[in-house]
Amino acid sequence: MATELLMPALSPTMEEGTLAKWLVKEGDTVSSGDILAEIETDKATMEFEAVDEGTIGKILVDEGTEGVKVNTPIAVILEEGEDASAADNVSSESSQAAEEPEEKPSAPAAAKPEAEAPTELMVDSSPDWPEGTEMVKSTVREALRDAMAEEMRNDENVFLMGEEVAEYQGAYKVSQGLLDEFGDKRVIDTPITEHGFTGIGVGAAFGGLRPIVEFMTFNFAMQAIDQIINSAAKTLYMSGGQMGAPIVFRGANGAAARVGAQHSHDYAAWYSQVPGLKVAMPYSAADAKGLLKSAIRDPNPVVFLENEILYGRSFEVPKLDDFTVPFGKAKIWREGEDVTLVSFGIGMQYALEAAEKLAEDGISAEVVDLRTLRPMDTASVIKSVMKTNRCVTVEEGFPVCSIGSYISSVLMQEAFDSLDAPVITCTGKDVPMPYAANLEKHALITTDEVIEAVKKVTYR
Amino acid sequence: MAARKTTRKSSAKSNVSKDELLTYYKDMLLIRRFEEKAGQLYGMGLIGGFCHLYIGQEAVVVGLEAAAKEGDKRITSYRDHGHMLACGMDPKGVMAELTGREDGYSKGKGGSMHMFSKEKHFYGGHGIVGAQVPLGAGLAFSDRYRGNDNVTFTYFGDGAANQGQVYETFNMAALWKLPVVFVIENNQYAMGTAQARSTSTEDIHTRGVPFGIPGEIVDGMDVLAVKAAGEKAVAHCRAGEGPYILEVKTYRYRGHSMSDPAKYRTREEVQKMREERDPIERVRTMLLDGKHATEDDLKAVDKEIKEVVNASAEFAKESPEPALDELWTDIYAETAPQEA
Repeated sequence: MATELLMPALSPTMEEGTLAKWLVKEGDTVSSGDILAEIETDKATMEFEAVDEGTIGKILVDEGTEGVKVNTPIAVILEEGEDASAADNVSSESSQAAEEPEEKPSAPAAAKPEAEAPTELMVDSSPDWPEGTEMVKSTVREALRDAMAEEMRNDENVFLMGEEVAEYQGAYKVSQGLLDEFGDKRVIDTPITEHGFTGIGVGAAFGGLRPIVEFMTFNFAMQAIDQIINSAAKTLYMSGGQMGAPIVFRGANGAAARVGAQHSHDYAAWYSQVPGLKVAMPYSAADAKGLLKSAIRDPNPVVFLENEILYGRSFEVPKLDDFTVPFGKAKIWREGEDVTLVSFGIGMQYALEAAEKLAEDGISAEVVDLRTLRPMDTASVIKSVMKTNRCVTVEEGFPVCSIGSYISSVLMQEAFDSLDAPVITCTGKDVPMPYAANLEKHALITTDEVIEAVKKVTYR
Repeated sequence: MAARKTTRKSSAKSNVSKDELLTYYKDMLLIRRFEEKAGQLYGMGLIGGFCHLYIGQEAVVVGLEAAAKEGDKRITSYRDHGHMLACGMDPKGVMAELTGREDGYSKGKGGSMHMFSKEKHFYGGHGIVGAQVPLGAGLAFSDRYRGNDNVTFTYFGDGAANQGQVYETFNMAALWKLPVVFVIENNQYAMGTAQARSTSTEDIHTRGVPFGIPGEIVDGMDVLAVKAAGEKAVAHCRAGEGPYILEVKTYRYRGHSMSDPAKYRTREEVQKMREERDPIERVRTMLLDGKHATEDDLKAVDKEIKEVVNASAEFAKESPEPALDELWTDIYAETAPQEA
């Protein structure tokens, strides 16, 4: 049966092309792989190969013809035993098959809104632990260690890998004692090779283990960010739900003290942009513990952003056998009437300090700790702003496309009528971190700047 | 096809059974016909984006799959159709993924470069050159952690062999004795750059030496040679001796992707390879010379394969596009799917 040869699409964007040259003539025998013609696409001149064997019965489009649309019949191929007259009797099968694939699905109208309309705010304001629970003092460092130890006792597939996590007991002593309890099969010192060991961690997660990958600091994770984003975050989607990466990437994030531009980057906004990742950035020891336990159990990749300055800070932690904090649930640290301060991670220390000082001036600030940035509990922020009508966000990261910018846009779109003043986003300055002590202090957000912003939005 | 001559004497070992040869012939032919069909559907606009064909390299995956056992894992780059067919994934599901339809392995959300199969232990399908190398070592890590004797085949090209993460992985794989076979599919061109213009080492497997990883060159146009080398490598890994490198010298007949004008090599070079070294012709000659099959027998096999491929194309055309709701699924899991 004679079949039509169609003008091929030879690049992802080609719609038409020039039939530059025929390399065969009518009557030639061709077999699979033979070059039939040269076709100029929008990018280059390409060779067009035969797929089936047969004889060129008729050339329908002369060489040199420009603007030949993709899928236009350009020649007829005859099968063994057919004569040229068959070329006029071409089966229309191939040309039908060549019709445009069924109509393209129309683009989705708009991105799915994350938070529903303010009237249907779903806010979970249940307490994190039952009233009357015994509380114990713990540093953030100890809380993180306890979280890992508890989860490693619970699940044999959980293991920790990273630089200096085992024999050195952790560069910041977060993994202290874990090697002794769990041995070197489950607490693994890696060479200084972030890209490689992150990929190995993600592969181990594909294989069904539950790795915790520690970055000495998240600055070094930039060497590995391809594995975090392209391999860990996207595989569930790319596989249609068949594979995923249950893995935690954790370590110190943001500015420490006097360590200069390359060791002070806050990645909160970067990772929060990526669908498929979850992002936590705790402030208190209780949240560090409860969120890290949830992160280790989560079947998805979690970026867990800690802070070196907070490691040594002590907080009350509930004494419970299995204390977890769910993702996507903000915590109200302080209730107030006049303004909502929204923060997370170390930003909370400025927010809480500012609220304390503002109270002395008679301004009542409500302080919301997001705790997790993806998913983000914007409903709690909206609910608070509906009460206070004003909002200031506080973070140490850079100002452009910050977490605060996102909150500001959510409020504008979903709580516009509740706002009595523009949202002010307090952030670090738009400069690489300097080394000099005075410049560094100035480069970060300060409590005074938060107070000033609050006075601006409250028109004081 | 009949006009092609095989100038090289086949390396037929007398102990290769007829069934074995016929299986390799079928498996390789399936890949070739499937890829030709994929190229055709691409030309018709039914497959979009990037599409990297495996034509010419068929003996590599077919030979190595012959050395694998149940439980072994495999992972590769974006030139992945051959690997999926060779490990037993359904041509219909692969083709339907190429056309972006709901019956594709990834429900149409992955495409040519991103397919997976939990059932066949196929872990993708990765689009960032070299990224699958540490991932493969990580899969091997999971088996070593569990204490079983499974092996992971980690495939990458001569181009990927210049990525830093490959050597980070070599170091840890050797240090931790991970059961991983690194298969360098050396088709001699990293996209359009010939190996000599991109790679300081002539034999890439020697880059394992400083890490203490043994390796060897394998004739990737000879399925039996690939299988034999694969068995040796796998035995090394299963014995707990750590990783092994196979540098399989092969050749891709088609461009890097569908939109490659292939000006970096001559038409004669490609033609010579096809005529003198073709891995399928080689087995065909062995089957005929060894009187294991007649021309008619092989014609019947060709027909059978063509039918399978045509059925996969029909299936892939008829399968509906994914429902729009699919846009919003599989972003986050409730439970880790591979643990279920």
